[in-house]
Amino acid sequence: MADEVKLFGMWASPYSRRVELALKLKGIPYEYIEEDLSNKSSLLLKYNPVHQKIPVLVHNGKPIAESLVILEYIDETWRNNPVLPQDPYDRAMARFWAKFIDEKLLTTARKVSFATGKEQDQAIEQITEQLKLLENELKGKEYFSGQSIGYLDIVANVLVFWFRNLQEALGVDMFTEEKFPIIFEWIGKLVKIDTVNECRIPKEKHLDYIRTRLEALKFSSK
Amino acid sequence: MAAGENVKLLGTRQSMFTQRVVWALKLKGIEYEFIEEDLVNKSSLLLRLNPVHKKVPVLVHGGKSIIESKIILEYIDETWKETSLLPQHPQDRAYVRFWAAFIDDKLMEASKKAFVSTGDDQVKAIESTVEALQLLEEELHGKRFFGGDQEIGFLDIVAGWIAYWFQFIEEVGGFKVMDSTKFPCLDSWTKSFLQVPSIEQNLPPPDELRNVFGAIRSSMCPK
Repeated sequence: MADEVKLFGMWASPYSRRVELALKLKGIPYEYIEEDLSNKSSLLLKYNPVHQKIPVLVHNGKPIAESLVILEYIDETWRNNPVLPQDPYDRAMARFWAKFIDEKLLTTARKVSFATGKEQDQAIEQITEQLKLLENELKGKEYFSGQSIGYLDIVANVLVFWFRNLQEALGVDMFTEEKFPIIFEWIGKLVKIDTVNECRIPKEKHLDYIRTRLEALKFSSK
Repeated sequence: MAAGENVKLLGTRQSMFTQRVVWALKLKGIEYEFIEEDLVNKSSLLLRLNPVHKKVPVLVHGGKSIIESKIILEYIDETWKETSLLPQHPQDRAYVRFWAAFIDDKLMEASKKAFVSTGDDQVKAIESTVEALQLLEEELHGKRFFGGDQEIGFLDIVAGWIAYWFQFIEEVGGFKVMDSTKFPCLDSWTKSFLQVPSIEQNLPPPDELRNVFGAIRSSMCPK
């Protein structure tokens, strides 16, 4: 029986893009469905009633939600080109840093985006510390996952496009090559990989999108 | 790394997250040394083993440290393969991981808010807590445990705080949502869960929890 794989996603979402990247790295054919988050489809609500969010992977009619859960599902279902390491300790470390990126780094990035003045300065200090911790994990390695890209690179892919675009849109001193030379060296390697580029968030469109959202937020908080 | 190597667990008896790891180790019959940590006065050992978050639990196996309770549970399951905690099929594994994340994100956040807030804020937080519990209630329909009818598994362990810690969160926080009429499946699950020997024998005394939660609430509540 042929596998039927669908991905409900959104072009600007780093969570959605990481699932696309994993599917492409594994050579898994899939149908992509772009969701309008201001007008969620009834299919999305049916497949993810609990969170009503993208990404959702639907494999032979069965939905899986939450990007990190989806990544593990993909790795366990399609066993070619494993993205998670084999060793349990290495797996635990990869999962730890993935969680760190999603729960700490991305949360602080949002704080930086929405705060102003002193609060924003504090958030930038916080994110600097967090990025430095993450950068440490790259020391002495080609990629986060070792000699070739894997799970943690796929999760950290958020730095390659989303974070850089956010940096440009905000114009603050948050994520620069000066501050994080090792991360930027890694970014340089990633953007040379075709598959990674196929999943990039289009820059100009994204900058517009970020700016519009920030404006809307400032407007609504007045 | 050989499964038989030296295992240590840094934690505190009152911590719901530490207890998850204790339960997993007990269920698998893994011998370990427990090191009680003083969270007010963190040891240099803890700071060395978990420099990023400085939190418990930390599992130390063959000299390497593993942190974050759900990650530790998966590590334990992958290293000691007898008595599996997670199901075998990828779809079922995705299911338990999804709901484990839900319990630790949505339910815990709502419960924490209900615990520290008052007035309207508390009312809203209680509503969110009830909504989250209702979703879990539905998932338990027709099942004795989250893991099935025979045995507890990963999701039961992660949900374990609901069976025991939650009542003290309610008591100290001054609210009540759990009852057997509104949540019959959760109520029944709680009773079955707490009867499992590895769980029953590894629960902190009520007064210790009351003290810990009391102290937390005092330090967090606006005066």
